[in-house]
Amino acid sequence: MDGADRPLDERTPGVEQNESRADYRSYTAGLGLAILLTIASFVVSQTSLLWPPGIPVGLIVLAFAQIGVHLVFFLHLGTGPDNTNNVLALAFGLLIVFLVITGSIWIMANLSTNMMPMSGSMPR
Amino acid sequence: MTVEAVADTVPTRLVPGPGGGGPAPTRTVVAYGFWIFLLSDIIMFSGLFAAYAVLSGNTAGGPTGRELFNLHSVFIETACLLFSSYTCGLGALSGERQQRDRFYVFAAFTFALGAAFLFIEVSEFAGMVSKGAGPSRSAFLSAFFTLVGMHGAHVTSGLLWLVYLVAQVATKGLRPHVLRRLLCFSLFWHALDIVWVGVMTLVYLMGAR
Amino acid sequence: MFGRLTWDAIPFNEPIPLLTSAVVGIIVLAVLGTITRKGWWPYLWKEWLTSVDHKRIGVMYVFLALVMLLRGFSDAIMMRSQQAIAVGGAEGYLPPDHYDQIFSAHGTIMIFFVAMPFVIGLMNFVVPLQLGVRDVAFPVLNSVSFWLTASGMLLVNLSLFIGNFARTGWMGYPPLSELAFSPDVGVDYYLWSLQISGIGTLLAGVNMVTTILKLRAPGMTYFRMPVFCWTALASNMLIIAAFPILTATFVMLLLDRYVGMHFFTNDGGGSAMMYVNLFWAWGHPEVYILILPAFGVFSEVIATFSGKALFGYRSMVLATLAICVLSFMVWLHHFFTMGAGADVNAFFGIMSMIIAVPTGVKIFNWLFTLFHGRVVFTTPVLFSIGFMVTFVIGGMTGVLLAVPPVDFVVHNSVFLVAHFHNVIIGGVLFGVIAGYNYWFPKAFGFTLDERFGKASFWCWLTGFYLAFMPLYVLGLMGMPRRLQHIADTSWRPLLLVAELGAVVIFCGILCQIAQLVVSIRTRERRRDLTGDPWNGRTLEWATSSPPPPYNFAVLPEVETIDAFWEMKRTGRTAVEPVYEAIEVPRNTPTGFITAFFAVMLGFAGIWHIWWMAIIGLLAAAITALVFGWSENREQEIPAAELARMERTRLALERSA
Repeated sequence: MDGADRPLDERTPGVEQNESRADYRSYTAGLGLAILLTIASFVVSQTSLLWPPGIPVGLIVLAFAQIGVHLVFFLHLGTGPDNTNNVLALAFGLLIVFLVITGSIWIMANLSTNMMPMSGSMPR
Repeated sequence: MTVEAVADTVPTRLVPGPGGGGPAPTRTVVAYGFWIFLLSDIIMFSGLFAAYAVLSGNTAGGPTGRELFNLHSVFIETACLLFSSYTCGLGALSGERQQRDRFYVFAAFTFALGAAFLFIEVSEFAGMVSKGAGPSRSAFLSAFFTLVGMHGAHVTSGLLWLVYLVAQVATKGLRPHVLRRLLCFSLFWHALDIVWVGVMTLVYLMGAR
Repeated sequence: MFGRLTWDAIPFNEPIPLLTSAVVGIIVLAVLGTITRKGWWPYLWKEWLTSVDHKRIGVMYVFLALVMLLRGFSDAIMMRSQQAIAVGGAEGYLPPDHYDQIFSAHGTIMIFFVAMPFVIGLMNFVVPLQLGVRDVAFPVLNSVSFWLTASGMLLVNLSLFIGNFARTGWMGYPPLSELAFSPDVGVDYYLWSLQISGIGTLLAGVNMVTTILKLRAPGMTYFRMPVFCWTALASNMLIIAAFPILTATFVMLLLDRYVGMHFFTNDGGGSAMMYVNLFWAWGHPEVYILILPAFGVFSEVIATFSGKALFGYRSMVLATLAICVLSFMVWLHHFFTMGAGADVNAFFGIMSMIIAVPTGVKIFNWLFTLFHGRVVFTTPVLFSIGFMVTFVIGGMTGVLLAVPPVDFVVHNSVFLVAHFHNVIIGGVLFGVIAGYNYWFPKAFGFTLDERFGKASFWCWLTGFYLAFMPLYVLGLMGMPRRLQHIADTSWRPLLLVAELGAVVIFCGILCQIAQLVVSIRTRERRRDLTGDPWNGRTLEWATSSPPPPYNFAVLPEVETIDAFWEMKRTGRTAVEPVYEAIEVPRNTPTGFITAFFAVMLGFAGIWHIWWMAIIGLLAAAITALVFGWSENREQEIPAAELARMERTRLALERSA
């Protein structure tokens, strides 16, 4: 995270002169990439040029890419040793998100196929 | 680009093993605590995403996503939120560098773009309700309104928080504790954009096909 | 004006709630009156209610848990009595409508307002001391968390006097919990009180994880932390990961009930099964949230009273983390019978069996710690040994239940009830009672009476087996759970044994009350002047009993596991450090005031008093904003003052 592990003291951040441009560049690069990926998502979802069953996969990949851009360029989640806790926390969180969403979809889909057909059924 | 840690006041004779440096600086502690709080919020959203994924087909004879979603508005909403994330980041940088005026400018842009996002979203909701496609029409719509609405509620809270923070900057200045809160706000704002990527993809782009 | 709240809400026509309300009302007034007459309010306000000290907050959590244990147990003994009486032709004394509320309240209170606050209170008190630091990462947030939990507690208890509680069981399954089938306030009491206390719990989780990962004494690397801190870390990581799922699920049910949405309704495309799925995605990690700190207590107690380092520290840590991750991969075993099919059931069944393995590792480590140790059979050790036997039995029935075909036979029978009480009482409850006995001297400066402690152990142990072993048999005989009336008279003998067990447990609780009263009366005889009554191994014993508000005047420098043991061995405890000024957080009423408005919001939400709900919500928000604006949240203790306090304290210790 931006400056999360750097102690804030009375020295002005002007010390990190190279830092400053790098950070502006980071945000701008991130914005540019995100714009491209967003447009790509919209195109992929509406185009007829792709094999239809592949489109959801493509959209999910693009979504992960956009999220990755945010994490790296906006949230500065990197690979330095002081970032380990942050990355581990994120990894744990993502694991849980994955388990909850895919677990629920798998379970509910199986429940649904096993449901008895209803006579005089409700519209579904 | 990543910032290396510098142990500040800890005696150097101590064991340098992982985590052996003593209590971390306040800024690290606050940022980490807020980060894991945000992760918990994302897990809460995942519960709502799971419900949406399961219930999105249950339209109870009512309107479907394909009939209701307007991808043009979604694109504009996405652009607003993405640019507001950008201006938020630049605002945070300005804050770090004690550049008050630039901070106010970027904060204003962030607020305006966030408010524009909300305006479009509320209009979309109102339009759907007036067409009889409100949240009580079907399970699909309940899940839609709750998931997207929960994100909108977070955006609203974020805007209120931003106003509060700008007031603090104006009265207290860009002191360390105010800067810590700005850091938390920018984490929050970026995380909301991340959640929106999920909403945009899973709800609108997949739902409109 | 008052929504749907009318005078009818007070149970004038139901003798039992009415009588209970009257008695509780009198007791509450008597307590408040005594405090007022003795002029204790300023002390209570300054030292406890507005405290942000983790030690005070921990004690308050445990205190509330013990009070709620009395209420939860009253529900239990009422149920046991009803089932002992209402067999064959007899009707018993509790009508079904009332009985249903009792079992719902029993479960809700025991899980959310006894077990959770107890473990959170113990972790709150002990972890910063064991880490060698002054407080948790966010002391004010800690206070807010406690008070939000207390708010939830208050709301649940109000349901006895004003309105009624849910009749759905503690899980609140739709469609029964939907508006169509539970139109009254019962389910709303359940939802609002758990949502409010759930936020408190989540914030406490964030606080504790941040503390453990970012705030430790110099030199305390991860593998030098006490095992209790590792289990606290894993438990709080689970809180952060699991509670948001419950929040989301309850939001959806609240929206169904208040705004007419269709998440879980029978009509409109809703899916009640989705609720069950999401509830248990939270519910399974929840039981590990409860048991992991108990495992940590046993690790500390067994090591200390064996006079040996804990056997297999690294494998303990790995087992703890393995349990943490695996606990998110088993949740379907709570609803094998809902119909997901063989593939899904097989996966979750196998995962449920795998998760027993790390716990087995832990049991062996505890046994090897005791082996060749010089074991002192104090009350905490008795509870630890009782735990090991009892929990293993409960774990085995758990692995049995993990086999889907077996579960199909005994799901929702009293076999299941016996299993989960087996692991919760044998595991969680024995753990928190052991921890309570173990750390009481640290908190209050005198030990608890051993004779009553041991008596309470034997009563709890015997009572537990008498109360629950018959339920295993009854479950296999086909008795379902939650029965208000029993038609099959052949079940009666076993139900009578179970009732006897409940009475013996009651004796155990009486022994605990007696233990506390007697200990306070004779405390001078059992004063802990050295701060280290048990020849402990970890840093909390390096402070006085009770510790000063700032815990450590100078943070200890840690060089090994069992840091305090090492310090005693090398004589470092005798060296006087160099004192520097320190900062301690000031007290604040923020938590208390936020809780007040949270109760207002919850009560108003339940009774549909919309103007009051809005005021409550706005006022809570304003409280946060006002606190956010405040400055001067810390006060400094100058070096000289610190030195003076420390020298006085040390002189007192040495005179012991």
